[in-house]
Amino acid sequence: MSLLSGLLGNIAAATLSKDVRLEWRSKDAINSMLFFALLVVVIFSFSFDPNAEESRRIAGGLIWVGFLFAAVVALNQTWARELRNQVLDAYRVSPAPANSLFLAKALGNFIFVCVLEALMAPLFILFYNLRALGPGWQLIPIALLGTWAIVVNGTFFAALSIRTRSREIMLPLLLFPISIPALLAMVEATTDVLSGEYSARFWIALLMAYDVVFTIASLFLFETVLHAE
Amino acid sequence: MKRLFPIFAFITAALLSFALYEALIGAPTEQTMGDVQRIFYYHVSSAWTAFILFFINFVASIQYLVRKNDSSDRITNWIVIALGVITCIAAYVVHLPQGIEKSSIASTGISVIALYFLVRKLFSPDNVDALAVTTAEVGVVFCTVVLITGPLWARPVWGIWWAVGDVRLTSTLVLWLIYVSYLLLRKFSNSGQTPKIAAALAIFGALDVPLVYFSIWFFRTQHPQPVIGDGGEIDPRMLHVLLLNWLAFSCFAVMICWARYRLEILKREVEETLALESLLEEPRSIR
Repeated sequence: MSLLSGLLGNIAAATLSKDVRLEWRSKDAINSMLFFALLVVVIFSFSFDPNAEESRRIAGGLIWVGFLFAAVVALNQTWARELRNQVLDAYRVSPAPANSLFLAKALGNFIFVCVLEALMAPLFILFYNLRALGPGWQLIPIALLGTWAIVVNGTFFAALSIRTRSREIMLPLLLFPISIPALLAMVEATTDVLSGEYSARFWIALLMAYDVVFTIASLFLFETVLHAE
Repeated sequence: MKRLFPIFAFITAALLSFALYEALIGAPTEQTMGDVQRIFYYHVSSAWTAFILFFINFVASIQYLVRKNDSSDRITNWIVIALGVITCIAAYVVHLPQGIEKSSIASTGISVIALYFLVRKLFSPDNVDALAVTTAEVGVVFCTVVLITGPLWARPVWGIWWAVGDVRLTSTLVLWLIYVSYLLLRKFSNSGQTPKIAAALAIFGALDVPLVYFSIWFFRTQHPQPVIGDGGEIDPRMLHVLLLNWLAFSCFAVMICWARYRLEILKREVEETLALESLLEEPRSIR
């Protein structure tokens, strides 16, 4: 805990540990995400029925589309929880910096989605008989960078969409168009690693650029969005 | 200003009809593609118009956020000037790839500065959000025209309606998707907060465009290379007709934006008046 506060600052660390503890006790987000991702795996495997060669080609796409859809479930709950009892309003009038709240929320979502991926990846491998022909270790930076790309934008857009009517449907409508380059990079990088035909380096660099650009943009604009009245 | 509008509308109508005549009859027929190529005059002029409108939307969104505060306004002004100057200098210093002219990069840098300060001069901080709505809506319309005329041309010439993975096609489609989501956000958000969150989304969208472009550029591209500038060759007569069409389309866009902008301002005035009236009437109704 003290290490965490040293790294992030007290407020971010407190919010993060609160969110993780809440999730640990209720397991709302992780359970619904897991089941959702499982359904995606099963339905895709029925609808495509691929052989080993084909599945290597399409698995990158299936995995990331599944994770993106599942992540939306967790992202939708990020801020909705703070609306009850006017927690967000309390935060708005407090002198605490808005960015620590944003960082804590984004990191919390990052942890949840990473746990989901760690649990679902073996299932994907089982269902689609996957074996990486390229350098398999590259999948780890791809997964981490890709997850951060989804989560940092998702957390930001979730904060935008709580200010709209029908907020649950608004988040994917905002998130998906903006994440197209990140999704493309994740899918192509994963496919390159699985098929081993090309190097995934360009796509990893693109993911890094995407992460840097949108993390900075979110930190710049989050305060405006939080205080938008 | 009000009296100018019909005059401007008349000029636009005249220009559009002349441009139509030139595009369908005046311009020479292309050797290999035949008459199908004539859709090019609409496709390219709509595309340029749409991109300019989206860029104005981006500028207006930034200005909406920074002009609330004097110091951030001043900082942004200097950043814009610095970016423009750096672009101009870099155009002549950095070694550019074949087919890109130094002067075109430099003039882009200058026109960005000019556009930023033109918008800043013409629109007050409160009205700049109305400009953002207007340009986004009209831009989406022009972008839709681009996305419809593209496949109409591609089917007879390429043999396919749509080339997945082509950089200009896909970037334009993603741009269109981003701006449709922008309009949806504006439609669905609660009125008081709309401008700020919409401006945030517009900035995110603008940051996304270069990333989309590079990510798709990594695939092989099928779209004909731009024929304007160093890379390709175009009959001077065709170029003349294209520029004429672009002028006509830009005038048309300005005209629609003008009308839409006035409507938006009027709508806001009505809303304000209604809100004020309800505030004034409340004590009476309680009594």
